[in-house]
Amino acid sequence: MAVDAGFHVNSNPAAAEYLIPLSVTWSATGALEAGKVTYPKATKEKVGDDTLTVYTGNFDLIANFKVSASAPAGPGAAAGKLRYQACNSTTCFPPKNVEISVPYQIQ
Amino acid sequence: MVRPDVGRPANTDIIELGILSVFFMRIFTAFAATVLMSCLFEGCSYAPATVKAASVKPASERRDAPDFTLKDADGKTVHLSEYRGKVVLLDFWATWCDPCRLEIPWFIDLQRKNKDRGFEVLGVSMDDEGWEVVKPFMKSVGMNYRVVIGNDETTQVYGGVDSLPSTFLIDRQGKIAAIHIGLTSRKVFEDGVEELLHAPAGIVVDRASVYRGAR
Repeated sequence: MAVDAGFHVNSNPAAAEYLIPLSVTWSATGALEAGKVTYPKATKEKVGDDTLTVYTGNFDLIANFKVSASAPAGPGAAAGKLRYQACNSTTCFPPKNVEISVPYQIQ
Repeated sequence: MVRPDVGRPANTDIIELGILSVFFMRIFTAFAATVLMSCLFEGCSYAPATVKAASVKPASERRDAPDFTLKDADGKTVHLSEYRGKVVLLDFWATWCDPCRLEIPWFIDLQRKNKDRGFEVLGVSMDDEGWEVVKPFMKSVGMNYRVVIGNDETTQVYGGVDSLPSTFLIDRQGKIAAIHIGLTSRKVFEDGVEELLHAPAGIVVDRASVYRGAR
């Protein structure tokens, strides 16, 4: 992911319950079984008297999958969505959902 | 009051009247001197008292605040147009917006202090989850002003509000006097509200025009 300079997205988990965290959820994983998503290390950002934990700049999200022994060989794709909500130091923008697709090959 | 006594020489009444006149003249002179001194130090003007906020547009440059019809937390229909005659602070916000949450206590204070002066705050929540999240938040912070849940149509008529907080100060004639995008200082809001509250209700611009109109 690449977050423009001056902006941030909330970490996962977010600093407070009311904040919308960056998140990946899968709607279909084909022959794979969805595992844990690894999020990057968050940094702290002050907004007024509040301290948020956020992601900025370029970073990777690592999605883990399990393959069962009986999974058929061949190509497939996991489908899901990436949800994020970005702010800068004074303004917040509506949450966004981005459709994502991760192709895979079982050998 | 001088009451002439029967039997007193007539010129005694004249002398007593004269003494009273001198007394009142001295009082008036002292008063006039006080007013003059005050004017010298503080300035004198026949213009109505005004508060000038840098962010408030001149009346001639303000456009109409678009009307909308939305429901409040009690399910009652709210039309922005029903606020005509009042100064309105219209705040687009969301529970997930941290800068919005910073401003809301200021608006609660403004509402409390100015409600009897013809001022109202009206919040428009842009939370997708609606009252499920908005009502608990309103209760937790003690929101003392009306909140409605906004939609795409509302944001479109206000120029496509896609950043929060977005706050509009609306004058008594229903015109947008100031727009604030993003976290804004408390003083800017207070000064803007104060200027609009001081402005006349839209008929008299200044006393000079009233005198001209009276001839």
